[in-house]
Amino acid sequence: MSSLSSSSVAARDIVALEGVTKRFPGIVANDSVDLSIRPGEVQVLLGENGAGKSTLIGMLSGLLQPDEGRILVDGKPTPITSPRHALALGIGTVFQHMMLVPTLTVAENLLLGGRWWQRPRTEELAARVAEITSTLGITVKLHAKVSELSLGEQQQVEILRAMVRKSRLLILDESTSMLTPKGIDELGALMRRLVEQGLAIVFITHKLKEAAAFGDRISVLKLGRKVGEIPPERFRALGEQAIISEIVELMFGKQSDDPEAVERPVRTVHAEAAPLLQVADLAVAPTDNAPGLSSISFDIRPGEILGIAGIDGNGQKQLAEALAGQRAATGGSVRLEGVAIEALSVGERRRRGLRYLTDDRLGEGTVGTFPVSINFFLKQVGAAPFWRNGVEQRAEIDKRATQLVREYDVRTPSLKTPVARLSGGNIQKVLLARELAEGAKMVIFNKPTYGLDLANTLASRQRIRDTAARGLAVLLISTDLEELLSMCDRIAVIANGALVGTVENVDDARTKVGRLMIGLAA
Amino acid sequence: MSIDTAPTVSATALDATSGAATRRDILHRLLMTLGPILAALVIAGCILLAVGVDPLAYYGYVLEKGLFSPLGIQQTLTRMAPLLFLAAGLIVAFRAGMWNLGGDGQFLLGAVTAAASAPVFVQIMPFWLALTCSFLIAVVVAMIWSLVPALLRAYQGVNEIITTLMMTFLGTSLANVLVKLVFRDPGTTVPQTRTLPVEDRLPRLFDTTITSGLLLGLAAIIIVHLVMTRTAFGLKLRIVGANPRAAVHAGLGVPGLTTAVFAISAGLAGLAGAVDIIGVQGNVRADWNPAYGLAVIPAVFLARMNGFAAIGFVFLLSVLSIGGESAARRLGVPNHFTLVLVSIVLIVLALAEYVDHRYNQSRKA
Amino acid sequence: MTGLFSAVFLSALLFGAVTAAIPLLLAGLGEQMSEKAGVLNIGIEGMLLAGAYLGFVGAFYSGSLWLGFVTGAAGGAAVALIMALLCVRIGLNQIVIGIALTLGLEGLTALLHHFQFSRSYPRLPAADATVIPLLSDIPVIGPAFFKHHLIVYLAVALVFGMGYLYRRTQLGLNLQAAGDKPAALDVAGIDVIKTRTIAVLTTGALAGLGGAYLANVGAGLFIPFITNGAGFLGIVLAMLARGRPVWVLFGALLFGVCLSLTTAMQVAGINIPTDVIQMLPFLAVMIMLVLFGRRASLPAALGIPYERGAR
Repeated sequence: MSSLSSSSVAARDIVALEGVTKRFPGIVANDSVDLSIRPGEVQVLLGENGAGKSTLIGMLSGLLQPDEGRILVDGKPTPITSPRHALALGIGTVFQHMMLVPTLTVAENLLLGGRWWQRPRTEELAARVAEITSTLGITVKLHAKVSELSLGEQQQVEILRAMVRKSRLLILDESTSMLTPKGIDELGALMRRLVEQGLAIVFITHKLKEAAAFGDRISVLKLGRKVGEIPPERFRALGEQAIISEIVELMFGKQSDDPEAVERPVRTVHAEAAPLLQVADLAVAPTDNAPGLSSISFDIRPGEILGIAGIDGNGQKQLAEALAGQRAATGGSVRLEGVAIEALSVGERRRRGLRYLTDDRLGEGTVGTFPVSINFFLKQVGAAPFWRNGVEQRAEIDKRATQLVREYDVRTPSLKTPVARLSGGNIQKVLLARELAEGAKMVIFNKPTYGLDLANTLASRQRIRDTAARGLAVLLISTDLEELLSMCDRIAVIANGALVGTVENVDDARTKVGRLMIGLAA
Repeated sequence: MSIDTAPTVSATALDATSGAATRRDILHRLLMTLGPILAALVIAGCILLAVGVDPLAYYGYVLEKGLFSPLGIQQTLTRMAPLLFLAAGLIVAFRAGMWNLGGDGQFLLGAVTAAASAPVFVQIMPFWLALTCSFLIAVVVAMIWSLVPALLRAYQGVNEIITTLMMTFLGTSLANVLVKLVFRDPGTTVPQTRTLPVEDRLPRLFDTTITSGLLLGLAAIIIVHLVMTRTAFGLKLRIVGANPRAAVHAGLGVPGLTTAVFAISAGLAGLAGAVDIIGVQGNVRADWNPAYGLAVIPAVFLARMNGFAAIGFVFLLSVLSIGGESAARRLGVPNHFTLVLVSIVLIVLALAEYVDHRYNQSRKA
Repeated sequence: MTGLFSAVFLSALLFGAVTAAIPLLLAGLGEQMSEKAGVLNIGIEGMLLAGAYLGFVGAFYSGSLWLGFVTGAAGGAAVALIMALLCVRIGLNQIVIGIALTLGLEGLTALLHHFQFSRSYPRLPAADATVIPLLSDIPVIGPAFFKHHLIVYLAVALVFGMGYLYRRTQLGLNLQAAGDKPAALDVAGIDVIKTRTIAVLTTGALAGLGGAYLANVGAGLFIPFITNGAGFLGIVLAMLARGRPVWVLFGALLFGVCLSLTTAMQVAGINIPTDVIQMLPFLAVMIMLVLFGRRASLPAALGIPYERGAR
């Protein structure tokens, strides 16, 4: 395998797509896409949500079959009929959502896939793993249960699994979304070592900077079509900024700048104003699958946006849930407008103006099978004027729902459409409408733009800015540092369930937050 | 199949725009229900043929005895009374996402307590008060019986399928113990409870033999349907059933609602038992277990947890079982054949829904 | 009271306990495998009945008990095949189909029995016991545990075979993955549908075998509804055992002792309703659940049909 490395005749494609088209009910997910994947090269697939990246991966990994066009493996047309077939062809995939069995150990997960009558070859595996990890410079706990590993460790296990299976082509789907800035750099270095060993890598992302930093070749997808490609020669010739602006042009047309880099409007937060939300020494006990919180303290003043930065899974969700009343706190106080609310129920806190916009839109934010109209009022069931004496007032509900649909620009076929049929962006609008509706004083936004496309991301961010501008207090939890930097007044960093520091969002905030995130003092 | 707690009812009810489309929907749904039933009748007919019975004669006889003969239809409508209560209880539970498979135990305990209390109460209280008290005691006992599975599910997350199944085994045995040891009628040799005199039972409707329990059952299932589809309480239960995490997020007291669901569901099952005893049987014999609970589950599934549709399916089930019992005596086909028929209907209907769903999808694509 | 505790009585009681436990054990082990793979098999009562009926028919017409076991297992597997096609292959609701199969088989076996055997009620001769030398000479224990039909020893051996299968083999890993995270198994190149189908068919065969034992060895005849809820007990055992076959064995023996006790007391003419004793195992389990009822750790994907690419 390594004999191929860095040879200049490595120009032969391992896998090539020719005019591949895939349709789903109502949409064309991929529209005659061509792609060539070569050994020794990191091919970046760049595109927004809904650009067709996942579909493309599905076809490469044998989960989906193209409707038109063909896939060539080693120059020969080869339909990839199943995941097993893909593996046999040397195509290994690290999916965006972890594909490990949490109740099995790392070793058992790596062994998964053997013929069922065989005994698992544990010793053979250990030797092979040792060989691979030593060349890659990673360590893996073979006998730990997967559920005990961090997300970063799980991802390494998945990459390792692809290597154990002698993959020639490694597909990494949105692999950086769960990682720390340091972890992202490490992944980049790992990818580099892998391609030096002669592997081909397809790296899927929607982050321009990562594409420019880690790629050898960039293909841009837009609405299922491949709209452009930057080959390695050009890639090397251009500087990072030039590449980014070229990609931006491919993705969004004639914008010359990174569209996400909105100048943060200077808001005047009255420093002397009494804090709207005061949290002191808040603590939550850890559970089997979630870290606890310890001595969390912060204040938010009216009109202020406080950001919570940190790697996913460090207690962000627990913090949001403890504030909203969904999770029992073991200590500390929470005051809204000076009144202690830590003993109040979810509903009572909401009535007093504390709102929580969850990051899990379909999992807990909505009831997918219920109509859009009802989902607007899930947190007010039984309240007047929508219910009177416990009886549903359809007319009132529909009237108000119609208003909200218009006001928040929810694109839905009708009020009675099950909410799960809407796109992620429109579901988010339903949630925004529900949480920002009358009476809100303090709003917790948990990863409000996660998984949204650019237009909806920008719209959601504007909503949040408007919310603060109306004088509400905002707690913005996000794993996207750029997002926090572009919106917050102050940024606190959470690690292992504790706030490790708070930074005013001024010039050098980026470095300070970055240092706090990897465990250094700001 | 769509036996999830999809709010088909409230979704269609919110539809105020196109009457034509809804009419087509209803037609479609009718077709999707009657077609599979016909297909199931044909398949079951083949089984009858295989054992040497003329299916047409059999079906004809079942219809005649269960539906068209005056006595038969009266028996059928009487049989419906307890089944309607059971169906109402299952609708509450299933819509809230709780698999209460313990209906038989709750039914029997309700029946035994009603049988034990009613003959005593009628001697010391006015008629209506006596019956009301008996009903209430049956409801309370059945509710208490559901408390352990309810609390285990609500606060410990213990799967209710196991616990309700175990409680139904326990309840069946306990009912027998009560009949044999505690409430046994000393005046008879067979172990059974004291018999409630016919004049002290629920009155019959007009000049027929139909029990007025039928009206109570109809009222119960319609009330349950309206509560589940039109009220805040019903919506809360449906949220818990459709997405328990959303219920927590929305601030609903899920453990309390869970306990309430079990209590209502079991209470209705207990009422079913009481209505059967006070309206029809008059006493409980030892080892009596009509196993209505398991039989009603398919009817509720087939009705997609819609109360009005459930009335129709309970009626069908009653016709089949009353007709089947007559046919067993006359044609020598054991009435267990009804079980086969119900089973085939259920499977064919599930398949039809699957095919219909697939067809719709491929048409959209 | 002396009669109750005589050695003969005690060994007869234990002998009966083992006999009553075997169908429960086989049903529980079968259900356990389905559940491990993510399929909640409520139809197991139907599979037991199919096994009991066909097992009896096979043994009755061939005169061979072993052939009866084969036909019984085949009968159970045939019902399981319907379950596998409807619930695993095309993903219909497992509880609905399970209940349908149980009701259907209750009716069908009763119907067939009526037309075939209801006039004669034929019986099979008593099954030959395989007497284990030396061990069977131990007082009380010997006649109770070591004078059973060979299939009893095989069933107990199966408990340990299953334990080995789950912990030490590739198939064991695959089954657990199919129940806990089927998508991970799929992308590892193993067909989830096939894995679950294997599990469901095995369940059917085991339940069928249990039914055949119940009819041919336990009772010596087939009567309608002969299983009397044994399948549901199997479900309870499997869920309580949390994936460990040995616990199914213990549970089955506990229930077996209680079932055997009821028969023994009837024989001894003791004046307590048998229902009291029948309640004991359930009471014990419920009390255990109330006292120690932490979250029963069921597979994450239990009851959810797998569809590739669905999220």
